[in-house]
Amino acid sequence: MSARRLDPATEQLLREAAPRVLGAVARRCGDFAAAEDAVQEALLAAFEQWPDQGAPANPSGWLYRIAARRVHDQRASEAARRERERATARSEHTPAPAPEPTGSADADAMHPDDTLILFFLCCHPALSETSAIALTLRAVGGLTTAEIARAFLVPEATMAQRISRAKQTLAQAGTTFELPTESERAQRLPAVLHVLYLVFNEGYAGSAGAELVRVELSSEAIRLTKLLHAMQPDERETAGLLALLLLTDARRAARTGPEGQLIPLDEQDRSKWDRAAIAAGTELIDRTIARGSVGPYQVQAAIAALHDAAPSTAATDWRQILALYDLLKRMGENPVVLLNHAVAYAMVHGPRAGLDLLQSLESDARLARHYRLDAVRGHLFEFAGERDAAIRHYLAAAESTASLPERNYLLTKAARLREFS
Amino acid sequence: MKYMLLMHHGNEGGGDCPPITTWAPEEVQAHIAFMIDLNKQLAAAGELVAAEGLAWPNEAKVVVSKGGAPKITDGPFPESKEFLAGFWIVDVPSEKRAIEIAARASAAPGPKGKPFGIAIELRQVMSAPHPE
Repeated sequence: MSARRLDPATEQLLREAAPRVLGAVARRCGDFAAAEDAVQEALLAAFEQWPDQGAPANPSGWLYRIAARRVHDQRASEAARRERERATARSEHTPAPAPEPTGSADADAMHPDDTLILFFLCCHPALSETSAIALTLRAVGGLTTAEIARAFLVPEATMAQRISRAKQTLAQAGTTFELPTESERAQRLPAVLHVLYLVFNEGYAGSAGAELVRVELSSEAIRLTKLLHAMQPDERETAGLLALLLLTDARRAARTGPEGQLIPLDEQDRSKWDRAAIAAGTELIDRTIARGSVGPYQVQAAIAALHDAAPSTAATDWRQILALYDLLKRMGENPVVLLNHAVAYAMVHGPRAGLDLLQSLESDARLARHYRLDAVRGHLFEFAGERDAAIRHYLAAAESTASLPERNYLLTKAARLREFS
Repeated sequence: MKYMLLMHHGNEGGGDCPPITTWAPEEVQAHIAFMIDLNKQLAAAGELVAAEGLAWPNEAKVVVSKGGAPKITDGPFPESKEFLAGFWIVDVPSEKRAIEIAARASAAPGPKGKPFGIAIELRQVMSAPHPE
């Protein structure tokens, strides 16, 4: 490892080049898995050599040459091994030399659709969510295995294996390196967006562990969503997701305290919100929604924009938010939507009405085991001035969440209420 | 040498310490801040291998299989008040240092800022055979 690090601008350049170079190499050798490994090695070589030697004049060309050479060497040694085996069996034939990699990676080798192809390939329906996430970050995001492993708090060897098995799965599914047809793309876009959403969430909420905001994953999700949006500006749900991520990420600085503790929306210092990100996200969602039928990411972005526009919880346009949650519920019910809808309902019609609504949802098996049901109940009982019930539900939620910052927050909430009772 | 430090909840201060769910807010915060700080220091010293808190044991299961369908029971011990709350793995030069770390973790602040006295079980992690 080099002691010096790449400067952020060069690192950015390198990572933007990665999927385009991968596309060119994959096209040339016809083997996505081998090309992907080769580009990863070229990236590692760049991280190793560029800080001392300086970045080359043509970074993509440099990466392409290293990766293509790597694929060539790999094939040559495999061919030689096969030939040796055959030669031992028959003692004749001289091995035929494998063709040398030709040329440099000129602009011709880079195909404008390659990055888009990679998005669809890495989020292929044959892959599990965790595999799709890992492969997308490496092949499209140009992250190293070590970086991805660190972000997900798993050993590097585990992550390497996950990525390699994902590529085996793609090969077994008979995937080829080409752009899916338009109707296939429309069908598979939600899976691509879902993977980007999960990467953002992993960075923002952290599904487990003590670090509440893992900044790099959130930023990476936004960078990749911007990339996807730039390639398909007419896909309204991609625009909706980008707006949602910008509007959510805008609150990042206010969302955690100095010790990493979680600060809920109604207690956040709104002067810490990123106004530029809010303006960009709001402009994007307004422009997108104006163009016609909306999907769930657009609705969620519209809700986030209303929160971000409000000077306080009390001055929030809860009626409008409730109407949007009604719409979201009709698009597909899931526990989080149902609970958020109940909160909005309580903000408009009072905490009792919200609690009654939750009561009617209790038979829903998906909700009954969801720790957030207790967290929301605690919140609404507190809102209704019923301290004992609020404490009881906060503690029940604390005992069933798998997130440490969330548990700490819920324990503190209950402790504060006890102090006042 | 690697050691695993297992934090057992349920018998703090000889069993007379109230559970964290009954503490004052600043007591909860001081305890949490102490644990975060301890992990930061272990990481900065190059001694921290892993540190994880475990979810409360409400949903814990014990799974036993002798081939065929596994036997799944609520567990580990539903009636027991003692449970494993979390663990550290540290890489340290000696057992003495591991004991020092365990003692610090055990003395994390509890109610009224007094040392909590949580039980930390110290176990050496097995390694490759010693090179001769």
